[in-house]
Amino acid sequence: MGKGIVHLLRQARRGQLLEVRATTLHPMETGQRLDSLGRPLARDIVRRIECRWGNDLVFAADLFPAVAANPYVSFFVVANTSAVVTVRWRGDNGFEHQEAVSVEVL
Amino acid sequence: MRLWLKLAALALLVCTATATATAFTQQNTPPAAPVDNRRSGLLDMSPATQALQRDDTLNPAWLWLQDGERTFATDCARCHSVAAMGGVATRYPAFDAILGKPVTLAGRINQCRLRHLKTNALPIESAELLGLETFVAQQSRGLPIAPPADPRLTPWREQGRTLFAQRFGQLGLSCAQCHDQHAGGRLAGSTIPQGHPNAYPLYRLEWQGLGSLQRRLRNCMTGVRAEPFADGADEWTALSLHLMQRAAGMAIETPGVRP
Repeated sequence: MGKGIVHLLRQARRGQLLEVRATTLHPMETGQRLDSLGRPLARDIVRRIECRWGNDLVFAADLFPAVAANPYVSFFVVANTSAVVTVRWRGDNGFEHQEAVSVEVL
Repeated sequence: MRLWLKLAALALLVCTATATATAFTQQNTPPAAPVDNRRSGLLDMSPATQALQRDDTLNPAWLWLQDGERTFATDCARCHSVAAMGGVATRYPAFDAILGKPVTLAGRINQCRLRHLKTNALPIESAELLGLETFVAQQSRGLPIAPPADPRLTPWREQGRTLFAQRFGQLGLSCAQCHDQHAGGRLAGSTIPQGHPNAYPLYRLEWQGLGSLQRRLRNCMTGVRAEPFADGADEWTALSLHLMQRAAGMAIETPGVRP
C-alpha cells in the first residue's frame, strides 16, 4: 500500500493557473547499488506519474533511476471545470497509488 | 570579512523567504529566532534545505504526519483533543510516577496505549509511532521549549549533562567537543550545528525518512565509533533531558528537515 500527498487549491476561478504539488513515499532504489554482501539490489522505482482532471490526462511524467527517494513533482494546470483531480503513481513490483482532490471552479 | 559573510547570508535568507511565500501561503513556520547566541540547526542549512522545512507543502515529513493525525483521531481522540496537545512537546521528557523514571514523548504515547487503550505499544522508531509523535509535537510548533522544574528529573538531567561531556568511542570525542566548542565550524563540507533537539522527529535527507532524536544521537555515537546504547535505554532519555534544558526557550520546529 502506498502513501501520497497532493497539494492543490480546492477552489479556483475559471482559467486560473493552479500549481499541483505531489509527493509519494517510495525508496526509488536505482538498481545500480550493491548490498552489504556485494549482491546487486534490484531496481525498484516509480515509473510513471499521471494527473487527470476528471477523465482528461493533463500531466504525465516518466521517471528513471537517479531520482531521490519520496519523489516530489510540481506542475501547473489550468482550471476550466469543477472536477476530481487524481494523481496516480505506478512503478516496479506492481507499485500503484492514487490520490484524489475535488476542485471547485467558480 | 566574517561580518560581510554573515550579512550576505542574511540577505540570501531574506530572498528565499520572499520567494517561497508566493505560490503557497507561509504556514506559521516558527521564526527560529535565537534569543541569545543559541541558534537552531535550521539556520545552518543551505537555503534549499531550509525551504523544504519552511513550506509545509514541500516538507516530506507530512507523509508520516498525516498517518499520525489519523491514528490520533481514531485512538487518542477518545480522551484527548488536538487543541490540548499544544505545548505538550515542550515539556518532554517528563517524569512518569508509575515507571519511576523520565519518559520521552514517544515513551509517554506508548505508556498511554498500554495503560488506557489497553493495546500494544508501538515499536520504537516505527513509522506509526514516529507519525503519531510528530503529529503531537507539531501542535507545539512555534512554542518555546519549557523543561519541567520537577526535582525528580534533576539526577537524570545531571546524568545527561555528564554523558554530553563524556568522551566516547575510538575517536574519543564528546558531544560537547563538537556541538559546544566547535559549533559553527566545519566537519568536512558540513557546518557543525549546536545540536538542539527542537525539530524532532524530523525528516533527514540522509535517512530519506523520518527519524527520532534517539536515532540522531545513535548516529552521532556510531560516528565517533562508539557502541550506541541499547534501543530505548534510559541514557537516551537522560541525554534528551539535558538537550531540552540546554535548548530551553527555543521554539519547537517539528517537523523539521535536516540534511
